Amino acid sequence: MIELTCRYAFPAAHILSQPSFSAEENLAIYGKCANPNGHGHNYEVEVTVTGPIDERTGRILSPDLLDRIFEERVGSRFARRLLNDDEAFRDRVPTTENIALVIHKTLSDEVAKRSSAEVVRVRIVETRHNSCISGAIS
Amino acid sequence: MIRITRAIDFSASLRYVRPELSDDDNAALFGSRARHHGHNYRLEVTLRGEPDSVTGMVLNLKDLQQILDDEIMARFDHRDLNLDTPYFEKDPPSPENFARVIRRILIAALPDGMLDRIRLQQDADLWVDVIEPEP
Repeated sequence: MIELTCRYAFPAAHILSQPSFSAEENLAIYGKCANPNGHGHNYEVEVTVTGPIDERTGRILSPDLLDRIFEERVGSRFARRLLNDDEAFRDRVPTTENIALVIHKTLSDEVAKRSSAEVVRVRIVETRHNSCISGAIS
Repeated sequence: MIRITRAIDFSASLRYVRPELSDDDNAALFGSRARHHGHNYRLEVTLRGEPDSVTGMVLNLKDLQQILDDEIMARFDHRDLNLDTPYFEKDPPSPENFARVIRRILIAALPDGMLDRIRLQQDADLWVDVIEPEP
């Protein structure tokens, strides 16, 4: 099996708080990440695709196309924004897990629409101390 | 089962070209990758197996390094992939194609069934993994 991975990054702010909880409950669950004024990270995103290799170009997927899809669907949407303002996080706390799920779904749909490749996993590195994978591990 | 990984770094130049196409058609198909350029590649080779009961090793890393020196570094380090190697006369040296070439070379050089996967990193932001099926 062969996989291609491209790595991207975007800086964004978020607040971890569940609207149905009180401020005290949010503080108890999310700790300093619940700061109502927000905080931010340099998110790194590793996007892994698999699929047949186009023997003419030697590629599973053109990295230029993946760059464009990432910028259109993720970069321009989340970079230098408060993630909580995005409609995907209106009813979902923007934890690393949920960010990975949202980006994985968004990229999967778009890559499937525009190529013969398939996004097998998305890895989000939130800080040097925590990261999260959505999808299958090989 | 144990998996053990050794990494090497090498540098090479390359152009994406299909010989049956004109220069203009290659430029249209491959963009700036049709121009002469280069990368600092990093290759991670992962072996699988059980450690030998006496030496405690799946394969002596000294022997693995010798294989990587002879089979990979000697062939590719500070070489031009198109002009100095026979592997990309018909197909462009995309990381997908390059990783498949390296996989073939290593399977021939390593003890049977020992290769688990390789990761060929073209730069910090792009890499290809080739993973062998479960035994």
